[in-house]
Amino acid sequence: MAAPTVIHLEFGGGAELLFNGMKEHHVTLPSQSEPWDMKQLLVWIQQNLLKERPELFVQGDSVRPGILVLINDADWELMGELDYQLQDQDNVVFISTLHGG
Amino acid sequence: MSQEVCSLKKQLKEKEKEIAALKNKLSQLERSHDLTQQLHDKVTPLTPLKAKPALSNEDIMRYSRQLLLAQLGVQGQLNLSKTSVLIVGCGGLGCPVAQYLGAAGIGRLGLLDYDEVELSNLHRQVLHGEENQGQAKALSAAYAVRRLNSTVECIPYHLQLSSENALQLIQQYDIVADCSDNVPTRYLVNDACVLSGKPLVSASALRMEGQLTVYNYCGGPCYRCLYPVPPPPETVTNCSDGGVLGVVPGIMGCYQALEVLKIASGHGSSCGQQLVMFDAQDARFRSIKLRPKQAGCAVCGENPSVTQLVDYESFCGSAATDKCRKLNLLSKDQRITVQEYKSVLDNAEPHLLLDVRPLVEVDICHLPFSLNIPLSSLEEKKSEHLQLLRERISQLKQQMAGDCRPPVYVICKLGNDSQKAVQLLEKMSESDIDSITVKDICGGLLAWAKRVDPTFPQY
Ligand SMILES: [Zn+2]
Repeated sequence: MAAPTVIHLEFGGGAELLFNGMKEHHVTLPSQSEPWDMKQLLVWIQQNLLKERPELFVQGDSVRPGILVLINDADWELMGELDYQLQDQDNVVFISTLHGG
Repeated sequence: MSQEVCSLKKQLKEKEKEIAALKNKLSQLERSHDLTQQLHDKVTPLTPLKAKPALSNEDIMRYSRQLLLAQLGVQGQLNLSKTSVLIVGCGGLGCPVAQYLGAAGIGRLGLLDYDEVELSNLHRQVLHGEENQGQAKALSAAYAVRRLNSTVECIPYHLQLSSENALQLIQQYDIVADCSDNVPTRYLVNDACVLSGKPLVSASALRMEGQLTVYNYCGGPCYRCLYPVPPPPETVTNCSDGGVLGVVPGIMGCYQALEVLKIASGHGSSCGQQLVMFDAQDARFRSIKLRPKQAGCAVCGENPSVTQLVDYESFCGSAATDKCRKLNLLSKDQRITVQEYKSVLDNAEPHLLLDVRPLVEVDICHLPFSLNIPLSSLEEKKSEHLQLLRERISQLKQQMAGDCRPPVYVICKLGNDSQKAVQLLEKMSESDIDSITVKDICGGLLAWAKRVDPTFPQY
């Protein structure tokens, strides 16, 4: 049984508007036998933080197109995407791509 | 005698001054005439840009402060003068890009924009002035750059970049700066840059945030490597909907100009596999390491499926403009025109006017008798707002004694959100709230200002 995982979540580029405009969230993921992975984190966010309109954030079991996920200041593609196993104190950023100019 | 000589000399000097002023005026007019003549509405072949053998004395004086930098030097300056850059979009990003590239002595600037200057552009599109309203942005930007540095060759294009003209245009330039404002154009510019092997310095801005990456550069990823699938259109916010603080695209455009200059001078950019994010609220820049070029990328991968330009508006499901889309969610009998609503008012018919815009927009302007409940509150069924709505409906019912479905008219800025609100309220009628007859006011407050009350502000 692993200890609870504390992580730092950030939303930007407009993605924060789906979370009451709050950009930063310190969250404690409950203990579970296996380490948390990104796939489970997305489900947890959907159930615990996201209030309305989940289709603006997730699509299938991943994030919707146009949202970039960064784990500890690197593109999550470099980290294993959905399979990345979260470590205590990880920093995860969800950033909506901007198109305006 | 000597008095007469003096007086003649004086007169002659004055005439000479006058002639010089006239010559100056003429040459200015001729030059601006040149530019107007040059305004391209289609892509034409350009003569190759010639490399300067050496800097002139005037060049040395003009660029002296940057020639002193070891990172640029004479060779870097000569490199700038033989580089051509295409700026796609002469708006909030494109203006500072053009301004700093022009000032720094880039050889040739292609300035592309299909739009004309409007008053609501001026807070961020700082190359254009009040007197340029109604003028093609490409031309206005070219004038401004020419005033700053007449040795830079400016080519204004007053046209929409499309699958038909993009390759022919981009092939003629060395570096492309994406300063556009919509998703289809970003994919189009990316694909055209990949297919013609040009580095793409891309930035974007919205509200209080900006992003920048250099794509297709030194073996790095392209825009599609990062975003293989376009975002659903309903998740895309443009500047005319979401707003933008003018200085934010200003900062991002300056950053873009910097990266273009580093590439053009031969120094090289370090943003090839980096995303630079700027948060104006926290005054924070962050650099993120991005994924490398993707082997499976549809355009730059090993087996590309995109080998020529496609239809980007249908690929993205949205139009290549930042102008607002018009939704059509309702049937005719669920909507009324602003003129019809005006007669409801004139006849003092009992009703409720519901304004569903966010509070920040209601503060800009509103109709005095409206009740404001933002669309987001209706979507979330915020209890205090629903309570307010119930109270107003029951007051209205009492006033109307007998009619059990009192009319509710819904208004917003352009008539899109109000349609969504009508759909929501119809679902809520008879469950969350008393039964009502709910209708959308077509075209919103903009239509009200245009067709009923010209003194009402437009934003
Ligand atoms: Zn690619």
